[in-house]
Amino acid sequence: MTDCKSLIQELAEKYGRERSSLLPILQGVVSANHYVSDTCMTDIAKELDLSAAQVYGTATFYSFLDTEPRGEYVIRVCKTITCDMHGKKTIVQTLEDMLKIKVGETTPNKKFTLLETNCLGWCHEGPAMLINDTPYSGLTSEKVHDIISEYIQK
Amino acid sequence: MSEQTLKRVDLIFGEYSNEKYKVLATTLERTNEEILQELLDSGLRGRGGAGFPTAMKWKYTAETPGDEKYVVCNADEGEPGTFKDREILYRVPRKVFSGMAICGKVIGAKKGYMYLRGEYKFMVPELVKELAIYHEHAKKLGFDFTIEIRMGSGAYICGEESALFESMEGGRGEPRNKPPYPTTSGFMKKPTVINNVETFVNVLMIMRLGPDQYRKLGTTDSRGSKVFSVSGDTPIPGIYELELGMPLDKFVDEFGDGDTKAVQVGGASGFCVPRKKFKDTVIGFEGVPTGGSMMIFNSSRSMYNVLHNYLEFFEEESCGQCTPCRVGCQQLLKGIVAVKKGEKKAIYLDQLMKLSESMKITAKCGLGQSVANSFSSIVNNFKEEMIY
Repeated sequence: MTDCKSLIQELAEKYGRERSSLLPILQGVVSANHYVSDTCMTDIAKELDLSAAQVYGTATFYSFLDTEPRGEYVIRVCKTITCDMHGKKTIVQTLEDMLKIKVGETTPNKKFTLLETNCLGWCHEGPAMLINDTPYSGLTSEKVHDIISEYIQK
Repeated sequence: MSEQTLKRVDLIFGEYSNEKYKVLATTLERTNEEILQELLDSGLRGRGGAGFPTAMKWKYTAETPGDEKYVVCNADEGEPGTFKDREILYRVPRKVFSGMAICGKVIGAKKGYMYLRGEYKFMVPELVKELAIYHEHAKKLGFDFTIEIRMGSGAYICGEESALFESMEGGRGEPRNKPPYPTTSGFMKKPTVINNVETFVNVLMIMRLGPDQYRKLGTTDSRGSKVFSVSGDTPIPGIYELELGMPLDKFVDEFGDGDTKAVQVGGASGFCVPRKKFKDTVIGFEGVPTGGSMMIFNSSRSMYNVLHNYLEFFEEESCGQCTPCRVGCQQLLKGIVAVKKGEKKAIYLDQLMKLSESMKITAKCGLGQSVANSFSSIVNNFKEEMIY
């Protein structure tokens, strides 16, 4: 994990220290550390001259700004209607079996976190999932197996 | 109702002009009055779903005094069943940037933002490359209008324009009270035009074709074409550009699997149309409007499960700011589960309908107000499925 203070300074240099810089900075922290910790939020507040509550308020509003530790690869399976109709359950089951965790959990080696999410915008090719920022659509058990096997090797 | 059929169009996704940013260059030579008049004549209405006349939005913003104004492109496409903006940004980003730049000229803004949903972050590298090309051309044309991409982070509500501004300003994505409208107080409380991705492309096409040719597409109330996102029980899911004002039965003939029971028009916040009403339903502002989402359900689907899925979606995506929406979504979900389990009598559905109607009147923004659309259209048309 990157040291939070230096990371925040780096991000603040890039995005500025305005209130409107807050979201890009939080997004930068989550992308580097996979979550934003309480200490990190306090540090951001100091850097941008905001109250910790303001930072906390924004951070906890957005579902992609994780405020608890996540694995290196966060898997988000779409659970909205058309993906659900086209076999989302099987996809989640396959992932749970392969990773030996339930939805909402992280593998003990901190490599994978499995989550469900709302509409990802791949309704015509459902079921779909995101692994970090990369979308995968038209999923089948076999396809999921291949994708995850590749990530396990990484 | 006039006899309309299904007509495929190739306006939005049509090829670029052979010279990069040619239409933008010629449009920049024209007066703002001319551009606004053409937009007005074209009859263009916003493509995000609400359908506000684009020319009026631009005119009001242009008329609001102030040196600092903004153009925002709403690419926070989150409505279930919608994926057309992603396709537009993937295939014709140049048209979107041109549309934004034209808006910048008309209202006198120097800065534009594209608010892209977090789920589409994978598109950023390509968009940044395209933006560099845009900025190069804008510089050559001596036109001072820059565009920056801002990312969302997984919140449906940020597609609501004032919530989107709050998010861009670094806050929670909670909608503001209206008025004031964005035309006077938008991003950073400055006059702002915020339009959907597809709307900006339509603007460019009107500038290229002229309003007369554009008006030939569609009906009196719904001019032009529309990009539809077709999904669900269909052998041919995908993106289709069709003329507005088509009857739903023609749509089902083309896209259904022969066993279509219902079509959800406009996503989870839109209306569910049952088979018996296909013939009398027109897709457009005069009938059932849509931001493009068309989800098809066949007779193997339980409409209870469909509604349950929508309500879970709304319950999670409600920002929680106003009570009607926060509590209403929870209670509607709990209510249909209780009726299904037999814990409440069927007549309880009437209570829930009243609740959804109250939400329509009292919720602060479009999210809470539109839950009643799908709720009442599903409960009314498929009551047995809710109970047994």
